[in-house]
Amino acid sequence: MNIEIYDRSVFKAMLQGFWGLTSRELKKWMKEPIILFMAIIQPIMWMVLFGKSMNIGAIFSSSTITNMIIPDIKIPGYLLNPPVDGVVTIPGSVASEIVRNMLSGISSKAVESVFGVSDYFSYLAVGMISMITIFTSTFSGMSIVWDRRLGFLYKVLSTPVPRTAIILSKMFNAAIRSIFQSTIILLLAIFLGIKFSPTFSLMSLVAIYIAIFLFSAGLSSLFLAFALRSTRHETQMAIVNLFTMPLMFTSNAFFPTTLMPEWLQGIARVNPVSYITDALRQLTIYQINYEILLTDFIYLTAFATILSTIGIVLSWKYLTK
Amino acid sequence: MVEYAIVAENLTKMFNGNIVAVDNVSFKVNEGEIFGLLGPNGAGKTTTINMLTTVLKPTKGRASILGYDVVKNASMVRRLIGVVPQEYTADEDLTGFENLILCGDLYGIPRDVSKKLAIELLELMELTKFKDKKVETYSGGMRRRLELACGLINRPRVLFLDEPTLGLDVQTRSAIWNYIKKLKEEYNITILMTTHYMEEADSLCDRIAIIDHGKIVVSGTPEELKNSVGSDVMEIMIREKEDVTEIIENITYVKEVHRRDDGSYIVKLEDGETVAPMIIENLRRNGYHVIKLSISKPTLDEVFLTYTGRALRDSEEGREAILSQRITLKKARR
Repeated sequence: MNIEIYDRSVFKAMLQGFWGLTSRELKKWMKEPIILFMAIIQPIMWMVLFGKSMNIGAIFSSSTITNMIIPDIKIPGYLLNPPVDGVVTIPGSVASEIVRNMLSGISSKAVESVFGVSDYFSYLAVGMISMITIFTSTFSGMSIVWDRRLGFLYKVLSTPVPRTAIILSKMFNAAIRSIFQSTIILLLAIFLGIKFSPTFSLMSLVAIYIAIFLFSAGLSSLFLAFALRSTRHETQMAIVNLFTMPLMFTSNAFFPTTLMPEWLQGIARVNPVSYITDALRQLTIYQINYEILLTDFIYLTAFATILSTIGIVLSWKYLTK
Repeated sequence: MVEYAIVAENLTKMFNGNIVAVDNVSFKVNEGEIFGLLGPNGAGKTTTINMLTTVLKPTKGRASILGYDVVKNASMVRRLIGVVPQEYTADEDLTGFENLILCGDLYGIPRDVSKKLAIELLELMELTKFKDKKVETYSGGMRRRLELACGLINRPRVLFLDEPTLGLDVQTRSAIWNYIKKLKEEYNITILMTTHYMEEADSLCDRIAIIDHGKIVVSGTPEELKNSVGSDVMEIMIREKEDVTEIIENITYVKEVHRRDDGSYIVKLEDGETVAPMIIENLRRNGYHVIKLSISKPTLDEVFLTYTGRALRDSEEGREAILSQRITLKKARR
């Protein structure tokens, strides 16, 4: 028997192994639309139900003060410019009209100054893109646990495919899923009336995808590293549940950090979710501030690089028990 | 100098620092041989295979495949071996052909080459007709054949088969045996297999090591092992009522005679087929007539019983192993 050993460059072999594994995961994912549906339903509920019902701008708006009875207002004439004799009377109906207009102007300005946009729905909708990316990325570790349990991982480990390719394929898979699901969220948000800023363009969309990719790559590496030696998917589930909620609420995904107490702001400042969410808002609903956007991207790149490096190095050491 | 396909020296694996799964296991496998690790579930067979296939690192001892150390030269070893795990690892959502290409990708085999190899292997395993069907439609036997094909995609020189017929029905099992025999003939491949079926080890393996509680209890060819526990067992009945124990005992090769209450005799002896005519002849010369005679050869079951002091049965196992085996069985019985 003639033995053929394929002495191709390590890089080329790795690329092939990587692509083989990635396309396996993607094919599996595409054949189970129910998984996609289950993953995406929660952010959609938040966006549609919470985003639409939490009409913060409306608290001070005309409708809430229609029932307010304002008496006629008497103003001494000398106070006016130019002064007039006697007393000027403004009828209550006119006064309430003026107050109403004034307040609603103030409220929309107040909402805008706090949230950066005048409607909360747009604000939250972008936050939900971060949410779906968090869900998808944190769950990436589960697939390693299952592969180990079903024996597939042992088979893969007995082949010459580089360990790096195994981790990278899972990471890429999470990132690609996140990008796809984010697109669905974004389309739905457009349908439900998200208000893009004038600076939104096709280039922004490319930048959005890059931001999602970086964030997902970093976060999934972290959870893959947790799962490297794990054989119990319950443990992995617990870790995921432990992390997702705090990650969301200590960031600007739901509410601006400026409204938080000092200590919470401190956490939010290092929470990567704040950076991805801000980057996404800059690119969609905000007037882009390039300086802030650059900071966001630098942070996300560092996050992705450091965590994926850690994940890969740990996989060399720990994937083989 | 004899080149061994597999060498294991004092191979030991401890989990969590104290559970000894494999305990100082040493054996050598010649090239072109089918070597069987026989033992109950949980005896350490799979752990041994995982160490030899570079998936687990030995705690102590060393092992090499065709001269390459499994730890220091792991990447070389991985190219030379094929592995067919106990579990069904083929992806159910992909077709048989797609699965083989995926396996090829893992070895970095160029796609044009792996496509040719895949077609050839599907032919060998008689799966050509089903190559574009999703694996979830395959029967247990077909899945096992696909797993075998996957393990062969890199043209390995040493193939590891972990419980190749687990959960299959009797007919499918013997069909798989034929495929394994065919492999050995066609590719002159060295095979290390584990099994807890005695008849499987007996019919396939050139040599066997019996493993229990992580230790190799005894090893040798199936014949040697059977002969080592001794003897064939013969049952004789004569027409006459007299006790003929002494006459039978005096025949060479007869080791032990025991008279039963019903007048029949249990005779332990070596080489029963040759000795039987001598016994009949001797009895007739003394005027006795044999009316019934049967010979039973020792089985590996008896070998196992003799060396481990208990019948081959499943040991206790971890929860993970049980779950994965349950999944395997479920798929096999489809």
